[in-house]
Amino acid sequence: MYLGLDFEKKLDGFHLCVRYEGEARRIGILGASGCGKSMTLRSIAGIERPDSGSIRLGERILFDSGKKIDMRPQERRVGYLFQNYALFPSMTVEQNIMAGLKGPKADKLRRAREMMRAFQIEGLGKRRPDELSGGQQQRVALARIMAYRPEAVLLDEPFSAMDYFLKERLRLEMIQVLREYEGLSILVTHDRDEAYQLCDYLLLMHEGQIIAEGPVKEVFAKPRTVEAARLTGCKNISRIRPLGPHLVCAEDWGNLQLTVAEEVSPEITHIGIRAHDFFPASAERSPTGELSSFGTFPSSNKPVNLIPVEEPALTELPFEWYVVLRNGLWWKIPKDIHSHDFQGGIPPSLSVDPSAIMLLQSDPERLD
Amino acid sequence: MEDVLRVLGKLDWSPLLISLKTGLVATFISFFLGIFAARKVVKASNRVKAIADGLLTLPMVLPPTVAGFFLLLLFSRRRPLGILLYEQFSIKVVQSWLGCIVAATVIAFPLMYRNARAAFEQIDPNLVYAGRTLGMSEIRIFWTVVIPTAGPGIASGTILTFARALGEFGATSMLAGNIPGKTATVSQRIAMVIQDGDYLTAGVWTVIVILIAFVFIFLMNLISGKAMKSVKRW
Repeated sequence: MYLGLDFEKKLDGFHLCVRYEGEARRIGILGASGCGKSMTLRSIAGIERPDSGSIRLGERILFDSGKKIDMRPQERRVGYLFQNYALFPSMTVEQNIMAGLKGPKADKLRRAREMMRAFQIEGLGKRRPDELSGGQQQRVALARIMAYRPEAVLLDEPFSAMDYFLKERLRLEMIQVLREYEGLSILVTHDRDEAYQLCDYLLLMHEGQIIAEGPVKEVFAKPRTVEAARLTGCKNISRIRPLGPHLVCAEDWGNLQLTVAEEVSPEITHIGIRAHDFFPASAERSPTGELSSFGTFPSSNKPVNLIPVEEPALTELPFEWYVVLRNGLWWKIPKDIHSHDFQGGIPPSLSVDPSAIMLLQSDPERLD
Repeated sequence: MEDVLRVLGKLDWSPLLISLKTGLVATFISFFLGIFAARKVVKASNRVKAIADGLLTLPMVLPPTVAGFFLLLLFSRRRPLGILLYEQFSIKVVQSWLGCIVAATVIAFPLMYRNARAAFEQIDPNLVYAGRTLGMSEIRIFWTVVIPTAGPGIASGTILTFARALGEFGATSMLAGNIPGKTATVSQRIAMVIQDGDYLTAGVWTVIVILIAFVFIFLMNLISGKAMKSVKRW
């Protein structure tokens, strides 16, 4: 379904300016808290009014300041899943689900029962929201939205108030719900795993602006700008000074010299390396006398991008080690749950494949 | 004891009836007006809110005699509004039971308004937004979501309003006067018998008022008990 967003709104501290146009079915908006992503969602639903611009959904104009159109939220047919679900506390589950339905009581009840079956909350019909667990509340809220068949559903940080275990299970349920839903869905989140799992098109938002967009996998693989890299979870970002077409000096990592696969164009100001892209560079020779493939540039046998490991700070997690080098680089390495020693000892140096180094541009100046 | 029975035996019950009728009617009017005003004020912009809130709360803060004086000025049959009401509609506010109701309503209304407003402001705005995105009309959201959720606050506002209306003295005595069988309320009767030095009758009336107050508070708590079920004990 077509979605066209082109609006602005002045907020405390920054200017929200959203531009997007496309037909993606499951959109994600990823951004830090307070970047304006919830405000974007609220503007689409009609809960907040943009200062100017337009919002179009399918064939319909939901908002257009030029044409003086501002459709009431009641008419937008846009479902909104609130962070706290906003179930009506004085109504039973059944009444909550029927609240948005029109028509004879018997039809409403039939539809509500149908939704309760679909969301596996049969038997809870007569309960009140405060008697339900967090997971059940979310299902009721989703059932209430889906019952009246909206053209789009907006999900505002749906898992942020949950413990880890429940979160993982409900995300799987949500994937299923969104897969079966024919309309458009927009998920707003600060959690990159959530965005990756639940969306197929991603908008990255920073201080009220969309700084990158594209199919989810592409955005994660090639973030292109510093802030995009940071939002997609890149731990290591440094300013650079180019030394050659494929050679840069990383100024924030103790002037480390690194070889990169792509050619460094003049716009490139930073590089980023994901924390799990390092590997131990053993300079050991294999029995054949060749250097091991670790730490070598594929086209030559010369080890490249060797990073000395001095005074590393180690943090142990259940399934990973975090190693922070003295120059500030983060290295994440998966570990065996049973072993609490750093396997094979700390390597004398690390290496990184030149093609794993992301070339990044500074973010465009904000338009104010 | 015999004295008490003797007083009870020849007691003129009309002030009780007048007070109860006045209290009920004033509470009924304040209930709807208070909720209506609270809803408007909650939705208003900050500047309008400040001014409206001041005006609507004023009768509670003013000494009741001052409020009574204003009402007297307004409804006096020598003043435009009083003349209009009397000549066009034969409505007489001063020295009449209607005066009792007007005085009690004006004095008790702010309690209803303020409690309703506080209850509305406690409501999670997302509930209202959720209702809107689900396609519910504003009126429906108000009566099926906002009012039930604000239930306990509204119930306690109603109790306080009734209590205040039942006991109103200052403004009532100025506007409606103390005409036996017509505008003489319990409070006025107590004041009058004390002036006459009849402490026994005053005491009997006091006990009756206390009993009535308890019955009403108990009834209201019973009604709002359903809504209060979700409120946790401390």
